[in-house]
Amino acid sequence: MSMQALFGQLLVGLINGSFYAMLSLGLAIIFGLLGIVNIAQGAFYMLGGFVTWMLLNYAGIGYFWSLLLVPIIVGLIGAAIEKTLLKKIYNLDHMYGLLLTFGIMMFIQGMFVHFFATAGRPYTVPSALTGGYNLGFMFLPKYRGWVVLASLVLCLVTWYAIEKTSIGRTLRAATENPTLTRAFGVNVPALMTIGFGIGVALAGAAGVLAAPIYPVSPLMGAELIITVFAVVVVGGMGSIMGAIVTSLMLGLLEGLTKVVYPQGSNMVIFVIMLIVLLVRPAGLFGRER
Amino acid sequence: MTHLPDTVTKPTTSNHTLIWYGLGLIALLAAPFLFYPVFLVKLLCFALFACAFNLLLGSCGLLSFGHAAFFGAAGYVAGHAAKEWGLPFELAILCGTASAAVLGFLFGYVSVRRSGLQFAMITLALAQLIYFLAWQLPFTHAEDGLSAIPRGKVLGLFDLDNIMVLYYTTAAIFLFGFIAMHRMTNSTFGQLLRAIRDNEPRAISLGYEVNRYKLMAFVLSATFAGLAGSTKAIALKIAALTDVHWATSGSVILMTLLGGLGTLLGPVVGAGVVQAIEDHLSSLPADFAVFGLFRLPPITAIIGAIFIICILLFRRGIVGEIQHWLDRRSGK
Amino acid sequence: MSDQRVLTVDNVTGHYGDSHILHGVSMHVNEGEVVTIIGRNGAGKTTLLRAIMGILTKRGGSIVVRGQETIALPPERIARLGIGYVPEERGIYATLDVTENLMLPPRVAAGGMSLDDIYKLFPNLYERRRSPGTRLSGGEQQMLAIARVLRTGAKFLLLDEPTEGLAPVIVQQIGATIELMKRQGMTLILVEQNFRFASRLADRHYVMEHGQIVDVIDRAQVQARMDSIKSYLGI
Repeated sequence: MSMQALFGQLLVGLINGSFYAMLSLGLAIIFGLLGIVNIAQGAFYMLGGFVTWMLLNYAGIGYFWSLLLVPIIVGLIGAAIEKTLLKKIYNLDHMYGLLLTFGIMMFIQGMFVHFFATAGRPYTVPSALTGGYNLGFMFLPKYRGWVVLASLVLCLVTWYAIEKTSIGRTLRAATENPTLTRAFGVNVPALMTIGFGIGVALAGAAGVLAAPIYPVSPLMGAELIITVFAVVVVGGMGSIMGAIVTSLMLGLLEGLTKVVYPQGSNMVIFVIMLIVLLVRPAGLFGRER
Repeated sequence: MTHLPDTVTKPTTSNHTLIWYGLGLIALLAAPFLFYPVFLVKLLCFALFACAFNLLLGSCGLLSFGHAAFFGAAGYVAGHAAKEWGLPFELAILCGTASAAVLGFLFGYVSVRRSGLQFAMITLALAQLIYFLAWQLPFTHAEDGLSAIPRGKVLGLFDLDNIMVLYYTTAAIFLFGFIAMHRMTNSTFGQLLRAIRDNEPRAISLGYEVNRYKLMAFVLSATFAGLAGSTKAIALKIAALTDVHWATSGSVILMTLLGGLGTLLGPVVGAGVVQAIEDHLSSLPADFAVFGLFRLPPITAIIGAIFIICILLFRRGIVGEIQHWLDRRSGK
Repeated sequence: MSDQRVLTVDNVTGHYGDSHILHGVSMHVNEGEVVTIIGRNGAGKTTLLRAIMGILTKRGGSIVVRGQETIALPPERIARLGIGYVPEERGIYATLDVTENLMLPPRVAAGGMSLDDIYKLFPNLYERRRSPGTRLSGGEQQMLAIARVLRTGAKFLLLDEPTEGLAPVIVQQIGATIELMKRQGMTLILVEQNFRFASRLADRHYVMEHGQIVDVIDRAQVQARMDSIKSYLGI
């Protein structure tokens, strides 16, 4: 096997890993604040890809503007869904949150299949990011490097915002003790809307980054979310840095498996999950409760 | 041994309920003269599947998002046993069911210890592993699936290719599963499970090995899901990837939710409604348009919409709402 | 007179789940007063404070804060009327360090203390400023809980059992802090089991029993009515 192939697959693994990171980060924020496991996260990723494609084809808005606009649009759609649907079930068993977002996912995906069919639509790499570098041991396409860089920066900015800023402080407080935080004058219900918006915007941003790599299709996020669930179980709930590190590690491992044992590449993360559950049930970075 | 107090009043078998059982039995016997039998066969398989799912959710409060794995895997094994090994109908079903039980033990062993939402995520991910295995393993034939599975003869006597024999055999299997699960729910074991569901710390402090009981419930639920899947594969002569797909797990959740979580008949009614909708939609011509104006969205979007409406407007489900209404009327 | 009213509670009822806890409570607090609510465990004192803050969701009757009816307002709007809340369980956030705990509550009125002032007043909090809030000792946590509302500018504070389970030295320190707040003209409701502590500070005592106010004792009457107070508190 050539070094080229190995590093090429590791790069793909790193890219997938950074998508897992963005999706699981959003998942963690939403779960902390709303107590909902948002299974529709993959649908919002798809929405991100599709809105990017639509902006270009219907409005002539290019990639870089999309990178800014799409997360905002997806976040607003998410906020609207939170305000109209999710808000109604907060006092019910957490199970209903999962079921409701499952319904939302099926609905969004189904409607996109309805209007756009299942075939993938290509999105060309922006001209500023075409070409690549020859690193000697491998050829690095500029765009792929950019995706890894951009999503890492986005993840770290999110981590910083949550751990080190005043907004993050309020977010953590509302996650830990929403009732008391309200009694201090913080509008926690609004924060929950914003939190859901930010959580799905991260998935939307991943969708923009993915558009030039993976064809944009209504089902592009359907299986992804299941893998992200496995990643979250491996990492353990609760640590943001843990989620990022686990995502990248598992992405790389998946890439490596593609070289060594291609048939097992789509299964390796689930097998790892099985092993982790047997050996360390709380996950790598989680604490046993 | 201390006994946990019964949290749910045990239903007494009154004349009233006996009449309902009688009516149900008559409906089961008469149905193939009123509806297309193959549709009913499929419906009964899914109804049994939904009952198995409800056994776990209703009595343990455990929401499995991966029940398609048991349903589908059992179908593959039963189909393979009938087609490649040439086993008779009963043994093929037994093989499929047993494989689901083994799989259920594996899944349950790693998942029942985890709390509610993590449990759902883990079962979904494990089922996805089975789905990918079904893609890869040689005996499942990937996208083609196992087709033209021979049905064989019941007890070596009655040819299952006779549609009425097929229907009544399926009905008997359904009835067996339904009654077995019903009795289990009302047994001491079922009461214990509900006590664990309602107050787990208390059950632990009373010295019960909670996880062992949960695991038993999980294995039983998987086993009956496997029975449903095996029967479906042989009755419809096909085992395919859709049977192990997450959408099938979602579909069985919807059936149970729509019919009424934790109710006896809810899963059956829910399975009937969902199957009827799917059957109706797939029978429409490709260019069908509502009022000649717009095309119907695909089934997944409709199922999604039903999910949303059901959770927001009638969480008790069809049977649950009727029961609630009757209770309130008789209460006044 | 009524423009001096900071709080008027009129016939307030409250439920916690299925149990009915407050059975028509009426009381009031004037500007600059320190009022205590005393009574045995389970009388409904903490529930009354939770009802005033709006974090008891099932409540009825009328609660007017500085002329504004709050019975239909969400907690965050009530807090913004200038109320500071120090809950019984102290409510220190484990995921926030000491400084973050102090900085968390938004300012609800002008004139709150600065972080520097607070650290001058509570030097031991300054020493532990980078520790997670729940690593502090019980006394330090209570200091933190009180200090936290001083920064917000709230002039009307609800303190729920600030001395519970603390060593005498720390109780003294908390007493001094409350006296300081009183001198600065703040209005306080103090729920307190420790009557000796409460009687030094309070202008008026409301006695609560079975979810109702059963007696009011002014500062001047305390000595004369010591026997009935003792029987109310069961000591």
